[in-house]
Amino acid sequence: MSELIYKSAAQLSESLAKKEVSAREVTQAHLDQITKVDQAVHAFLFVDTEGALAQADQVDAARAKGENLGPLAGVPLALKDILAQEGIPTTCGSKILEGWRPPYSATVVKKLRAAGVVILGKTNMDEFAMGSSTENSAFGTTQNPWDLTRIPGGSGGGSAAALAAFEAPLAIGSDTGGSIRQPAAVTGTVGVKPTYGGVSRYGVIAYSSSLDQVGPCARTVLDTALLHEVIAGHDDYDATSINAPTPPVVAAAKRADVKGMKIGVIKELSGDGYESGVSERFEESLEILRSQGATIEMVSCPNFDYGLAAYYLIAPSEASSNLARFDAMRYGLRVGDDGSRSAEEVMSMTRAAGFGREVKRRIVLGTYALSAGYYDAYYGSAQKVRTLITQDFAKAFSSVDVLVSPTTPTVAFPIGAKSNDPVAMYLSDVATIPVNLAGVAAMSLPAGLSEGLPVGFQIIAPAMKDDRLYQVGAALERELAAKWGGVLTTKAPKLSSSAGA
Amino acid sequence: MLTYEQIIEKYEPALGLEVHVELGTKTKMFCGCPTEFGAEPNTQVCPVCLGMPGALPFVNERAIESTILIGLALNCSIAPMSRFARKNYFYPDMPKNFQISQYDEPICTDGYLDVEYETPEGMKTFRIEIERVHMEEDTGKSLHVGGATGRIHGAEYSLLDYNRAGIPLVEIVTKTVLGTEGYAPQIAKAYVKELRDILRALGVSDVKMEQGSLRCDANISLSPRGSGILGTRSETKNVNSLRSVERAITSEMHRHAQRLEAGERVVQETRHFQEDSGTTRSGRSKEQAEDYRYFPEPDLLPVAPSAEWIEELRAQLPERPSAHRARLQQLWQVPDKEMAAMINAGVVGIVEETVAQGADPTKARTWWLGEISRLANEREVEVAEMPITPKDVAEIIALVAAGELTDKLARQVVEGVIAGEGKPKEVIAARGIKVVSDEGELVAAIERAIAAQPETAQKVRDGNIPAAGALIGAVMKDTKGQADAARVRELLLGLLA
Amino acid sequence: MSRISNEEVARIAHLARLELSANEIAELAGEMEAILGAVARVQEAAKSDVVPTSHPLALVNVTRPDVVRPSLTPESALSGAPASEEDRFRVPQILGEEA
Repeated sequence: MSELIYKSAAQLSESLAKKEVSAREVTQAHLDQITKVDQAVHAFLFVDTEGALAQADQVDAARAKGENLGPLAGVPLALKDILAQEGIPTTCGSKILEGWRPPYSATVVKKLRAAGVVILGKTNMDEFAMGSSTENSAFGTTQNPWDLTRIPGGSGGGSAAALAAFEAPLAIGSDTGGSIRQPAAVTGTVGVKPTYGGVSRYGVIAYSSSLDQVGPCARTVLDTALLHEVIAGHDDYDATSINAPTPPVVAAAKRADVKGMKIGVIKELSGDGYESGVSERFEESLEILRSQGATIEMVSCPNFDYGLAAYYLIAPSEASSNLARFDAMRYGLRVGDDGSRSAEEVMSMTRAAGFGREVKRRIVLGTYALSAGYYDAYYGSAQKVRTLITQDFAKAFSSVDVLVSPTTPTVAFPIGAKSNDPVAMYLSDVATIPVNLAGVAAMSLPAGLSEGLPVGFQIIAPAMKDDRLYQVGAALERELAAKWGGVLTTKAPKLSSSAGA
Repeated sequence: MLTYEQIIEKYEPALGLEVHVELGTKTKMFCGCPTEFGAEPNTQVCPVCLGMPGALPFVNERAIESTILIGLALNCSIAPMSRFARKNYFYPDMPKNFQISQYDEPICTDGYLDVEYETPEGMKTFRIEIERVHMEEDTGKSLHVGGATGRIHGAEYSLLDYNRAGIPLVEIVTKTVLGTEGYAPQIAKAYVKELRDILRALGVSDVKMEQGSLRCDANISLSPRGSGILGTRSETKNVNSLRSVERAITSEMHRHAQRLEAGERVVQETRHFQEDSGTTRSGRSKEQAEDYRYFPEPDLLPVAPSAEWIEELRAQLPERPSAHRARLQQLWQVPDKEMAAMINAGVVGIVEETVAQGADPTKARTWWLGEISRLANEREVEVAEMPITPKDVAEIIALVAAGELTDKLARQVVEGVIAGEGKPKEVIAARGIKVVSDEGELVAAIERAIAAQPETAQKVRDGNIPAAGALIGAVMKDTKGQADAARVRELLLGLLA
Repeated sequence: MSRISNEEVARIAHLARLELSANEIAELAGEMEAILGAVARVQEAAKSDVVPTSHPLALVNVTRPDVVRPSLTPESALSGAPASEEDRFRVPQILGEEA
């Protein structure tokens, strides 16, 4: 039954519908894989063995009764530990929430459960989604299944690694500045950041409220589309969620046709910082799209050069406020309450003990940027850059259907290589950040390997046009898969239980 | 120590009043938890109002409507676009450690309220300008345990109940109020009272100061007359009644003057009003202004009420209390001075309700302004808070008119109702109050009195009418006060003619 | 770009209720300097006539009717509390507003 873990969600869906296999068998196969390889990969912070099997049994019972089940019923999924799942440990990669079991579930989690998706457990992440390598997790980093000495990307490295290690066919991530897309790129998987507001944020622990979005991750474009349709939609517990039908992403993924489409290459997202292997895979993918009937043109988005700076003001500012609630009073860690200290002291001690270095760094940065006298120069100016970037996108989209770039300038770097240089680390997000600032939609899918490590191709679509991502992505994927004999992850090393980092 | 008059001669007070109103919406400002008063602790909470990770706010549409109504009633401009902002500071009663409020884009601005206050020259009107009206959320309630008095100071720990956290609050801020010419305390009280009446008439809040659904913070400063520079202000909180508004401001004016006279600086700080002493006590120093790091609330979208909606709401505004009062004055033919007294005592509404129950306006007025006000003053409460209703008073007036009670007996019934002995009919029954109307009984009592005081009776026969008083008194005593004194007099004089 | 002093970082840390050691403060001061140096360029792009974006969505008036939604039970609400007593959250002594 171990072949089950190599199947796509679409294939599993078909087998389940035909009753060729049960949800329990599928779930057990993936739990076994987790047991086998997660010691080495460390993608999971919590595996809900009992709960997952119970969910699987529910699906099997429903199917036996002849109930009408959705396409993903019985398919397992790994959930980034940033989403609240009632009764299940939810840490957000932080000591300050270690052991916390939420009394409620995120809307996305409720939707997944209603669709019969089996949630295997919670995946590792950079603490409070702050990072590009998952090295900032308070519970140890995750290893990239392609090379266990390298980072799996961040902040959602756990979800991406779980996919690449065949521990789950589907995963949920969150993306604030590239936290779905960059891990997807360095692990050879597919990840989408939907249009801002396309997926509910209720129950998603907030990092930067105006940039955060939850999104689907998988090994194929179609699987990602299937998951996208389950989780997207208006939520009347999230005032920032869009009240309009979800773009037809599954149909677009099946159509997979770029004939007549206009594709814009963003001039500013190329050049010196980009490894030659990354640039080459990117150019090759452009060639493929051209050969499939798309026209490629160069566009300039000059204000993108200010994107990184604007992001590293807006995100920490919003985060400094969002993380204020972690104060030892109502939930989470409490340190220093020996009866002699005031609430204020206990708050300060707890936050010092419970937050890691990067989180403290961003809280201090954000607090400073918002403080009296500095607001206009920093946060205020950054919000103006945001307007300019949005205008750049609007102008570009007036002449092309989608924009493209390499997802991230480098392949997976070694664990520890950038952890002492925050600014160098921040550069990983230079191509992904402008997307979040404008609230548009973007996908990363595998473009190939460079020195044996995955390279990602980023597609960007205007707000509410998420389907274009899938249309173009599926076309590219099909051609590349033809070349490779399957999607890129079929080339990923098969980890054994003896593999260690 | 200067007298109040001396203070006013030397100094000009500048006032600033901040009133917080708890709206009477069914649910909280940003979540659907109920807002019932007095519920068991933490039974009206959810991830949103507890500030749990991942929770998001969602604006209550009725709260916006109520705020616009308040703004319109205060003659404000309603902003075509306003935003929520986060006010960031740490405090255990604030679950998110930021309050969602409004900052530089409030929903209502630049209004005014004309208030009436009494002077020796009669009622005058003063216009208080309103700076802004905006929406925000209330905090949880803390119980301090272990200290001597249940207060924060000296407490060992605190217990938090978040039922109140997230209840919609509207903050009404005045512009700096100048030119009150010695009437600052009265004008402030009149302002809060008028505001309260308007809010009640709008139906947006139950405005009970004692329950905290209407809170007032008073800012006051003094500056030497003619100096043109505003003095340092102090803010007084914990002002829980209309009376306290007046007392707090008066007390602060004295305190500021004392310091200034002594050549000392007035410290910019928050003070707390003490009901028992009528003075204020120092609280947290505000020398260092808190850095709230306001920024637009990213989880909420701007509020942009349409012009049509605003006009619909404007049309819904009830008659302004002052216009209403003017109309009643006309209707009841009340002289100015008496009307002023009614307004000051806060009994206009009550009298109106009494009249609605069938009572004569003048009689209603007399009772509420007279006997009941007197008793209220004795107990140091507002007339409105007295445990006697307009219906009760109307009933008593009717009984007097029907001759079943005399004025004197009626006063006993009023006392009884207020003492908690029950409704008027119950008090009458329990105390055995009855007008002795049987002429035979009266005559018998009169004859007994005449027999007991033959000399006095003779005086009356001889033309000394005032002397009858002693005989009437005796009859009243004999009948336990239940005789109609006027009828007794009539009969007595007839007998002694 | 003026130096971010240790005192400034200490003030910020207090505003953010983070107890930091003197070492941490000094290190952060250096890091802030570097980061702020890198991000200050947003001021170049931000001209006075550009309207700041606080929302990617061009939505307004998103409200809900004044209708009750389910609450948590006190047990659920308090389930993660570090300390509780009589259905209330128990917290250490609060440095109050009153002196």
